[in-house]
Amino acid sequence: MNLTYIDGLIILVYFGFVLGIGFVLKRYTKTSKDFFQAGRSMPAWICGLAFISANLGAQEIIGMAASGAKYGIATSHFYWIGAIPAMVFVGLLMMPFYYGSRARSVPEYLRLRFDEKTRGFNAISFALMTVFSSGISMYAMAKLIQILHIFDTPLRSIGLGPEYVFHVCIAISAVIVLVYVFLGGLTSAIYNEVLQFFLIVAGFAPLIFLGLKRTGGWYGIRQTLSPALTHTWEGMGSSSTNLMGIEAFGLVMGLGFVLSFGYWCTDFLVVQRAMAADSMSAARRTPLIAAIPKMLFPILVVLPGLIAMATPSRDPGHSQYTGLIPYKVVEASGELAYDQNGKPELDYDLTIPVLLLNYFPTGILGLGLTALIASFMSGMAGNVTAFNTVWTYDIYQAYIRRNASDAHYLWMGRMATIFGIGASVFAAYIATRFNNIMDILQLVFAFVNAPLFATFLLGMFWKRATGHGAFTGLGAGTLAAAVHHGLTLPVGSGVGVKGGWLGALYTYPSEMAQNFWTAIYAWTTCFVVTILVSAVTTPRPDRDLVGLVYSLTDRPKDEPLAWYSQPVTLACFVLGATLLLNILFY
Amino acid sequence: MEPADPPDSKTAGAMGVDIRLPIGLMFAIIGVMLAAFGLFSESSIYERSLGININLIWGTILISFSLVLLWLGSRKRRPD
Repeated sequence: MNLTYIDGLIILVYFGFVLGIGFVLKRYTKTSKDFFQAGRSMPAWICGLAFISANLGAQEIIGMAASGAKYGIATSHFYWIGAIPAMVFVGLLMMPFYYGSRARSVPEYLRLRFDEKTRGFNAISFALMTVFSSGISMYAMAKLIQILHIFDTPLRSIGLGPEYVFHVCIAISAVIVLVYVFLGGLTSAIYNEVLQFFLIVAGFAPLIFLGLKRTGGWYGIRQTLSPALTHTWEGMGSSSTNLMGIEAFGLVMGLGFVLSFGYWCTDFLVVQRAMAADSMSAARRTPLIAAIPKMLFPILVVLPGLIAMATPSRDPGHSQYTGLIPYKVVEASGELAYDQNGKPELDYDLTIPVLLLNYFPTGILGLGLTALIASFMSGMAGNVTAFNTVWTYDIYQAYIRRNASDAHYLWMGRMATIFGIGASVFAAYIATRFNNIMDILQLVFAFVNAPLFATFLLGMFWKRATGHGAFTGLGAGTLAAAVHHGLTLPVGSGVGVKGGWLGALYTYPSEMAQNFWTAIYAWTTCFVVTILVSAVTTPRPDRDLVGLVYSLTDRPKDEPLAWYSQPVTLACFVLGATLLLNILFY
Repeated sequence: MEPADPPDSKTAGAMGVDIRLPIGLMFAIIGVMLAAFGLFSESSIYERSLGININLIWGTILISFSLVLLWLGSRKRRPD
């Protein structure tokens, strides 16, 4: 399948608009507050869509469709259990402290609430993680385009062979994101995230429409596929009766509580979008508005996996049980990859691209590919803007140059953008040495983020928690995650990046189960150690904690909004609708 | 707590740029491109989209969506 001129033109129109937004916003970006905080002037709906779009990166679209094909509709747990409750919590209960305090970033909140060392620990680990994630995004996009051979012909016309596809993709995505973030900072990133959000929906909606039409709708998919793939809760009673290999407790505690709250409530990448809002009420509504598309996203990103499994393959030699999903090929030898039972493995990461190529003729194929590129870029820009802010405010201003002019920090933010993208490119090339991007991300995420939510929970809701307690707790939590990972292995895996490097004492039925339990151990350790150390160290006086701790802060008064746009009303609606979705797809 | 701005003072973006206008314009251009291509393309390419001229249909839908965005973005511009 080769692209024609119309597909190329659509991609170029998209590039033109994202760059154009950067150039238009450059003249409005005069202070560091404009650059890092979008002037704190965004209305709630824009922040809400940016909030969701910044999270909708490569890992999300490709990984969730892959998971949808592998584990079925139960992948929606990553949304309905693993996102919505945490998004409601951060909007209703945590945003007053983020937005209402003087903090400009999540690490800065930690400095105000606890102390310098806790902020430093969080700032440095977060900065590393954003660069890493952004590099993974780039790697995933470039690799996918390379495997699909869709840009081979246009590149050949300018005299470059297919071996250059990977490098050209990395270079183009890096330069475009660099230009628009460099020029317009967070405003530019947020505006482009809103544009990318609509583009992603516009690109994937017709795919779902055609896919459902071909497979006979949800009813037809249920007739074609095994019941294990079309239920979210059935079989979750025990880890041996569902495809994910996790039992309901591990799922709800590990994913639904620790990992989900750890990400949505403390990750500056998303929180930064809400902190750019124009008022306290807009900041609180940001995650709640974001939750509305988020709860429906399984239709856009998980359902394609099921459609791919249920669509009959045009290749007569292909097994009818694998739908469109191709077999996995070992890159080095060119032979099929086999699992521990000797069955050929499927290359689930190709779910979205094979669907696009199967259902889309030229023209709309260009739009579908643009949607895919847009998702990569929004995820990457989210990481880059979070990185340049944390670097400039929490590392550079805190430890390197304390009292420089605002113009200097604005300059440093732009330099950090260049450096951050350069480091991401480096990370992308490191990623070429690993193959399962989701696993590695989950791992880093569990080590660094899982204990963090315990720190914030205690920090915001227990005024007795101390800086020493928080810092020791975080360190102990991260260590507990590493030790747990080192002592356990998912079934069928070798010692190494999958775990067991301290000696495999326990074997989990799946990698997902191991990840969730790593998070649970990390969180619990951090929670307990923070309480114990806080109990024997001196707390800060109450007057220092006003605006930072729940019991010492006035309840936020909402503006006179219509009842249906009050944060509490939105929260009830979102939770009710999510519950309904869980029941419908039980 | 920072004093909150009155809710009606902001509509769709900071800095004098209403985000709905560039997004609307982009979808208008892409919609017209798809619909025009759909009108003049051979029907054989639509075998994979189940015989549906998805370019024409989706192009038209995107044009309608863009008109809504452009209309929302251009009504009652607040004086800055």
